[in-house]
Amino acid sequence: MNETDKIVEISDLDYSRGQNEIFKGLNIAIPRGKITAIMGPSGTGKTTLLRLITRQLVPDHGHISVDNIDIAKLKQSELYRLRRRIGMLFQNGALLTDYNVFENVAFPLREHTKLPNRLIRHIVLTKLHAVGLRGAADMMPSELSGGMARRVALARAMVMDPDILIYDEPFVGLDPISMGVIVRLVRKMNDALGISSIIVSHDVQEVSTVADCTFLISHGKVVASGSPDDLHNTSSELVRQFMHGMADGPVAFHYAAPDYAEQLLGRDAE
Amino acid sequence: MFRDLYYGFKEFLRTYGALHLFFLQLLKHSPSILVRRFPLVVAQVYNAGALSLVIIMTCGFFVGGVLGLQGVSNLARFNAEDSAGTLTALSLLKELGPVITALLFAGRAGTALASEIGLMKATDQLAAMEMMATSPLRRVLVPRFLGGVIAMPLLAAVFSVVGLFGAHIVSVDLLQVDAGAYWQQLQANVDRSDVYEGIVKSVVFGVVASLLAVWEGYNAIPTAEGVGRATTRTVVLTAIAVLILDFMITAVAI
Repeated sequence: MNETDKIVEISDLDYSRGQNEIFKGLNIAIPRGKITAIMGPSGTGKTTLLRLITRQLVPDHGHISVDNIDIAKLKQSELYRLRRRIGMLFQNGALLTDYNVFENVAFPLREHTKLPNRLIRHIVLTKLHAVGLRGAADMMPSELSGGMARRVALARAMVMDPDILIYDEPFVGLDPISMGVIVRLVRKMNDALGISSIIVSHDVQEVSTVADCTFLISHGKVVASGSPDDLHNTSSELVRQFMHGMADGPVAFHYAAPDYAEQLLGRDAE
Repeated sequence: MFRDLYYGFKEFLRTYGALHLFFLQLLKHSPSILVRRFPLVVAQVYNAGALSLVIIMTCGFFVGGVLGLQGVSNLARFNAEDSAGTLTALSLLKELGPVITALLFAGRAGTALASEIGLMKATDQLAAMEMMATSPLRRVLVPRFLGGVIAMPLLAAVFSVVGLFGAHIVSVDLLQVDAGAYWQQLQANVDRSDVYEGIVKSVVFGVVASLLAVWEGYNAIPTAEGVGRATTRTVVLTAIAVLILDFMITAVAI
């Protein structure tokens, strides 16, 4: 893989919150034009990683470059220029509750372009049509179901025709039908528009059907990477536990606690 | 104990410093927002100002009315009922107008601002804006701050005018104070500087109330409990700040 084949490169990343070390020496290279999934058990900092990639958070140590730009060195205006090329889908959609669906999707266009209203209308309706919600243009975010809100957010994320689309847990809490719709949209978006997609998720099933390339994170490091099939057929205990959803294994079912019998008998109370 | 006090004091200074930096940030972006995004500011003047009008006018009318009642009945002991107009006008313009308006403003508009911003933070709307390359500071916070700063003196003025109207109804129409003497006394004894003092106060209180509301909302812990606490703190802190500043400004003015 040469330089230009990677859309995001993370090397030697450390990040901690308070006493809690979240990443320690993390290395990831995300290929351009593919769908890359970042997986891991809850609480491994997957969302934190997305926030680091988009510089909503600043790492303690290490390099992150997006499209060969070292994001640590960017000034605010340069960072904003880069972010215009990144669409991000938040876990709950994060639609602006003051505005209706149409205005939510139009928001980036109105903020960053001087396009005439007619053209904005065309673009927004096209994007809403792509997610199947052209008919919901006049609804308020509070009237939408979770799946619909996420589709609107997806339309908004791609309204500026980004080069990179980032999905934060796009499959969580969706019914099977909405899930299927979103999975298809992710695939279509990536292939039709030549976008690089990054998905953070722990839904093994869905990720396996959609991702080209997978990184599994645990304890602040990448523990496995490869295609979803590679990960399914791995010999590693930890990866097998995660991919097949086994309750106990290298990732313990129990959160660190004092000895069970001791605690019940109250000996550590003194 | 001294150590606790020391850390508490250090924490207080840190917060206080951060508040000032935040204030400077707001001020830095204010002129360009006023010029380039004026409609956003107008919308917030409407939110903070126009929507507070009913409560401001109702309270103003009754505060004026009670000043009329107290003024006339107490001044009658010195046969000075004619001065009731002067008394109510000075009280309203210099003290009660700005102070009560600021307290009502904190309760009506400040809480709305703090909870709105806090909820936008809790539901990732501010982060989403940040990711859409739009600064929440410029798009959300500065217009709301400016809206409050513009609305507050206007509301205080409305409060004082409606209060004078209420006082007039009570003193002249109900308690039979001579209208000519009432207005003559008022006109002779209320200076332009008295009006200015009230204006200065209402502007300062407007800045403080809006700043604290926006600050508390922006720094709210993004949970239901955190947003609730932020709204409470907005009212409490604004009340304390306004009453202390009122004393300080009055001391300087006299």
